[in-house]
Amino acid sequence: MEKLTVITGTGVPLRRSNVDTDQIIPAVFLKRVTKSGFEDALFYAWRRDPSFVLNQKEYSDGKVLVTGPDFGIGSSREHAVWALHDYGFRVIIAPRFADIFYGNTAKNGVLAAIMPMESIELLWKLLEEEPGRSITVDLQTRTVECADVTLPFQVDDYTCWRLMNGFDDIDLTLQHEADITAYEKMRAVKFPFKPKTLPAKHLPEEEVKSAREESIDWAGPLSARG
Amino acid sequence: MGTTLAEKVWADHLVRKGEQGAPDLIYIDLQLMHEVTSPQAFEGLRLAGRGLRRLDLTIATEDHNTPTVDIDQPIADKTSAKQISTLEHNCRDFGVRLHPLGDADQGIVHQVGPQLGLTQPGMTIVCGDSHTSTHGAFGALAFGIGTSEVEHVMATQTLSLKPFKTMAVNVEGTLPQGVSSKDIILAIIAKIGTGGGQGHVIEYRGSAIRALSMEARMTICNMSIEAGARAGMIAPDQTTFDYLQGRPHAPEGEMWDRAVEYWETLKTDDDAVFDKVVDLDANDLSPFVTWGTNPGQGLPINDTVPVPDKIADADKRRATTSALAYMGLKPGTPIKSIAVDTVFIGSCTNGRIEDLRAAAHIMKGNHKAKNIHRVLVVPASSRVRLQAEHEGLDKVFKEFGAEWRNAGCSMCLGMNADKMVPGERAISTSNRNFEGRQGKGSRTHLASPIVAAATAIRGTISSPADL
Ligand code: SF4
Repeated sequence: MEKLTVITGTGVPLRRSNVDTDQIIPAVFLKRVTKSGFEDALFYAWRRDPSFVLNQKEYSDGKVLVTGPDFGIGSSREHAVWALHDYGFRVIIAPRFADIFYGNTAKNGVLAAIMPMESIELLWKLLEEEPGRSITVDLQTRTVECADVTLPFQVDDYTCWRLMNGFDDIDLTLQHEADITAYEKMRAVKFPFKPKTLPAKHLPEEEVKSAREESIDWAGPLSARG
Repeated sequence: MGTTLAEKVWADHLVRKGEQGAPDLIYIDLQLMHEVTSPQAFEGLRLAGRGLRRLDLTIATEDHNTPTVDIDQPIADKTSAKQISTLEHNCRDFGVRLHPLGDADQGIVHQVGPQLGLTQPGMTIVCGDSHTSTHGAFGALAFGIGTSEVEHVMATQTLSLKPFKTMAVNVEGTLPQGVSSKDIILAIIAKIGTGGGQGHVIEYRGSAIRALSMEARMTICNMSIEAGARAGMIAPDQTTFDYLQGRPHAPEGEMWDRAVEYWETLKTDDDAVFDKVVDLDANDLSPFVTWGTNPGQGLPINDTVPVPDKIADADKRRATTSALAYMGLKPGTPIKSIAVDTVFIGSCTNGRIEDLRAAAHIMKGNHKAKNIHRVLVVPASSRVRLQAEHEGLDKVFKEFGAEWRNAGCSMCLGMNADKMVPGERAISTSNRNFEGRQGKGSRTHLASPIVAAATAIRGTISSPADL
């Protein structure tokens, strides 16, 4: 995962609260098979509206989203963070985040920065008076700079440390590689009977032919026929 | 103080104890995969330039999107076809063993593990699928995980987890005639609610559980998730060992003896303490059927659907009113007077050979009722299908007027073509009766295979005792 220390880029004011993950990315996109390429799905319904903030060219390369309280509520879909990340957002600033969404951001290299509502209002004002204005977010000092104001934000130490080092959960676990290898050695001795999927063992081969022979006409539900 | 079965299995998989509130690192013995929840995890590996740590502890199959008719033809639905071909490419690229459509070992992932003998006592088993709890019937600690976790297991064969809480569900006594394990679990969920098991591993105990076959035990553990639990477990015993012996991946010879010796230690100590305890009397149970839109909204078959006005709790009253409206039921309607359109026998809950035998036994020599438009019988796996055909069950179903299908999830969630239409009412042996679960606007009544079969004969919800 890329390391986040200082992020500079276009700030986008999203004047909304309670943005749920269905609004961030609708369920129809969950049938996709990739983890990347969700940028077009981000805020799908709102993007149909020409006046939506991301449809204004000054904001279209947004990197820092500044939004209202309770961002990311609803379904636990990790796709919501994937969509924000794929669009280009690396930082979401809000007064409060939903738990699961908050956990998912750090897993995917996105900073969820917490700021009081007064700071959010001020940032909104600054970003709107000069659309396309850039914001600098510094994880070392835990501050946000916009125009000539500097504002502090909150992030927990563990998450901050992970983001600054670009550690994802897998990297962190792999730091315990020696423990895993030791466990595997012990496992091979203590539990030699545990099954392996390879090489594959089968029951005798049998040919599988399609089961149904006849097709049955379907007249519709009981209720429709009175 | 002694420890519970779940705690013993946890301890045997501890790679590293978490310090200062950090989670434990737990080793995973087996990861199962299917086409829906694996693609992003493979993609993540690819982006990070990683491979799978233990291909020999990984197996994949196709189940959710597979058609149950014309399996020799290309899949018509484009998104389904894409998910399946993606799994095939990923498995080929990374070297994962795959049982695709048309292979005799293809089937619902929670049937494939047990039937190959890959699901064994004392293992940790995961899959990007909430019904992974099924495998707990063997005394394994088995649970569903999210996509990031799937990738985590692929790369490290471990998971970072905080220990689960423990809950005992004691079912003592003897089941009355015509009452099956599906009725036990529906009664448990009705009793503790869909959130009753939250954060817990449930251990099912007591004489009524001990008396059950492996297949019946899988039905119970399967629906642990419907009670909100992370996993369900049953301590292994002779029934478990007998089911496993001789299966392709079961240990052999001296290894078998060593395995059994270990498996016999996998039980809760007499002085162990559970965080929660629930008791149920098997002698009092009767066939259970759901009337509402969550699995906790179930009642004995001789009951009547609830009357909202008589419910004191406001939240419960609202939930009941909206469930009845969705289901198109009048308050106070006797469950047995409800007529259905469709009968679905299948799924990872009740699509196993014993379930098919039980249904066929009731159907034999009968024909489906006039008002029943379709009876879908979908075996959980291709092996189950072949076994049923060897026993001639397919003929019984066809003579009854049922459709005999190929293996897969099918109408359990309607991701393939087997969907219901709005307003259609089904009695289903599957596990979820959520709004729209079996197709947009579908109305589902969950029940056991024999209740589903008896309903197919009479046209209204019935138990074999009514025939
Ligand atoms: S049969 Fe139903 S519950 Fe079981 S794995 Fe398939 S979709 Fe999930």
